[in-house]
Amino acid sequence: MRFVDEFRDAEKAQVLSGQIAALCEPGRHYSFMEVCGGHTHTIYKHGLEDYLPESVSLVHGPGCPVCVIPMGRLDDAIYISEQPDVIMTSFGDMMRVPGGKGSFFDSKAKGADIRMVYSPLDSLKIARANPDKKVVFMAIGFETTAPSTAMTVLRAAADGLENFSIFCNHVTIIPAIKAILDSPDMRLDGFLGPGHVSTVIGCKPYEFIARDHHKPLVCAGFEPLDILASIYQLMVQLRDGRCEVENQYTRVVPWDGNLKALQVINEVMELRPYFEWRGLGFISHSALKVREEYAKFDAEEIFKIPGIRVADPKACQCGEVLKGVIKPWECKVFGTACTPETPIGTCMVSPEGACAAYYNFGRFTRERVKEATRA
Amino acid sequence: MSGEQVTHPGDTDQRSADWAEEAVRDAASHEDPELAQYALGGQTLSLEEQVLARIDRQRRRKAKIKEERITLAHGAGGKATHTLIDALFLESFRNPVLEAMEDQATLTVGGARLAFTTDSFVVHPLFFPGGNIGDLAVNGTVNDLAVGGARPLYLSAGFILEEGFPVADLQQIADSMAVAAAVAGVQIVTGDTKVVERGQCDGVYINTAGIGVIERDITLGAGTVKPGDSVLVSGPIGDHGVTVMLARGELDIESDIESDTAPLAELIGVLLDATTGVRVMRDATRGGVATILNEVARASNVAIVVDEKAVPTREEVRGASEILGIDPLYVACEGRLVIVVDGAETAAALAALRSHPLGEGAAVIGAVKDDPPTLVLLKTEFGGTRIVDMLVGDPLPRIC
Ligand code: SF4
Repeated sequence: MRFVDEFRDAEKAQVLSGQIAALCEPGRHYSFMEVCGGHTHTIYKHGLEDYLPESVSLVHGPGCPVCVIPMGRLDDAIYISEQPDVIMTSFGDMMRVPGGKGSFFDSKAKGADIRMVYSPLDSLKIARANPDKKVVFMAIGFETTAPSTAMTVLRAAADGLENFSIFCNHVTIIPAIKAILDSPDMRLDGFLGPGHVSTVIGCKPYEFIARDHHKPLVCAGFEPLDILASIYQLMVQLRDGRCEVENQYTRVVPWDGNLKALQVINEVMELRPYFEWRGLGFISHSALKVREEYAKFDAEEIFKIPGIRVADPKACQCGEVLKGVIKPWECKVFGTACTPETPIGTCMVSPEGACAAYYNFGRFTRERVKEATRA
Repeated sequence: MSGEQVTHPGDTDQRSADWAEEAVRDAASHEDPELAQYALGGQTLSLEEQVLARIDRQRRRKAKIKEERITLAHGAGGKATHTLIDALFLESFRNPVLEAMEDQATLTVGGARLAFTTDSFVVHPLFFPGGNIGDLAVNGTVNDLAVGGARPLYLSAGFILEEGFPVADLQQIADSMAVAAAVAGVQIVTGDTKVVERGQCDGVYINTAGIGVIERDITLGAGTVKPGDSVLVSGPIGDHGVTVMLARGELDIESDIESDTAPLAELIGVLLDATTGVRVMRDATRGGVATILNEVARASNVAIVVDEKAVPTREEVRGASEILGIDPLYVACEGRLVIVVDGAETAAALAALRSHPLGEGAAVIGAVKDDPPTLVLLKTEFGGTRIVDMLVGDPLPRIC
């Protein structure tokens, strides 16, 4: 763990915290959006907000892959899992996400064969071991996970596997950021760019944010010091009146991205004309589907999914939370009807969801906690 | 945007999620419309504080099972397990002994104080580095008795066997149970055997029950904790859970970590001889240290502040937890105590624990405060603070 500890040093954090505070102009408020759910999780898990001056606030963005799956889409997945001879495989995060009629867990309790896997390759293994079953992988995620899904399809094709398919729900980050920037209630001073996604797409695709929307973006790593350092870089840009795309996560993110990974995605998948995002509605060209050449690995083609849209519950404000318009606790059902145990919105399910992170880790007022943790 | 009408292909056929609307109505019916006017120390609550107060009320509401069927989360030892026990079993069996909700029942029979407990074991795989389902089943029940301050005496053992299970494996499990029982100074005096068809259980499940005698004049309990008390653990946490996870081979990590399964009665004896300041002890099994601390914080209406830096955790456990995206504080141990002692007795308790081989790695990990009540707070290694709540969902099924 030595590699990790280096990026969790409290002394260095203290120094950065002072530098950030020194850059705050009196009377000015700064809000930065961390686009990625991984960042949200890190921020809460380490209590990072304790290091930020009161005038700097972090707004949680739409980058949690579990959170953006609309209910209707999950109902379709559950429909597939309930077809004869199907084994549905999914990341653990998805298991508790409620659709219009319950979750994978509920469906599993009723008899569907739904298994948790750590990677799509695990599904492939299950497919090889069960030749008389149809094994489906519930593919979710941004450009970060799309390459491994695509690789798995290529592997299945190379092996001539007949009983494996993916239910493709991969989404792309840029259209979502664009939707937020175009939204009239946007009040942000800058962005922490999603480090993992950027290892694939690089930093170039963000340039329109600086050029057309005049907001700085710093591509940030996932350790707490990375995030503090990135906030510092954003503050420096604002002080200097610059808005540029910068890369704090150089140890992992190449400026031009990973061409090979992009090629693999492109080989297997193409952009959908539109896709529904939970809470954000339909966004054009914001998701990937399996290309026709690989249709025999496309669960959408194999199973005639109902494709019925399910309206978000009236009280649910996931959209506003995902866009950073309201804080999680400002949602009317936060913590009462909607809790991690009985989630109504998706942001409450995944540990990367803004509501779950706030409920699980940050549900208290700072003053009382400071008092309690004083030695 | 959620309320807006979006015209789009596929929109024509649109449903709403009835269960969600129902949940919202149900929660709203428990709201107190006058809450906004409540004052805290003469001050009106801020909006955020009102929300927090609302959450606190909901958390204290009587538990209700929302699911129509049992899911794996009901067995995880976290929130769903508590809800199931409170809303179903406690409701059906209600009596003063059960209501104490400790790891063991305390009974007075003919002048003697007895501790009585039971536990079932479904661990997968059956054999793992450092132990197997057999010693786990003996140690688990011995420990549930010992943490109540009892000297464990007699155990029962019930076996549910799957058709086709190798007799040699069963022999090995029985041998381990015999050794564990001898080490713990207990005898297995009664038992039961059932066989089910292939596929109806996974190899072997074991249930053990145990009786012990409470000879010391002490009353321990999660509800006896006070601000100023200290929180200790008897050694590195999470070893058992991570060992079993790795033994399943799902993570592709090589490691020589072993389960910590061990009988704790002797260690507890040493501790109780050294100090009378012990308020409560638990062995940190399913749900880990975090779950126990949450139970204590709620039962005693106190805040518990844990210092992450002080929590002894092996590198392997930290590494595997990082990969799984879980917190070692939630990972099961099978031979580790969580102890709350009177603050003035901290040094005595720590020295006593460290004097025994099973307590060598003991450490003080936190302190009890009065505010905010019922919450467990963590001072993170990074220097921030956060809540450590009861676990939701189940990252590690069938760990014991
Ligand atoms: S509290 Fe629940 S419904 Fe409200 S925004 Fe969060 S996840 Fe969505």
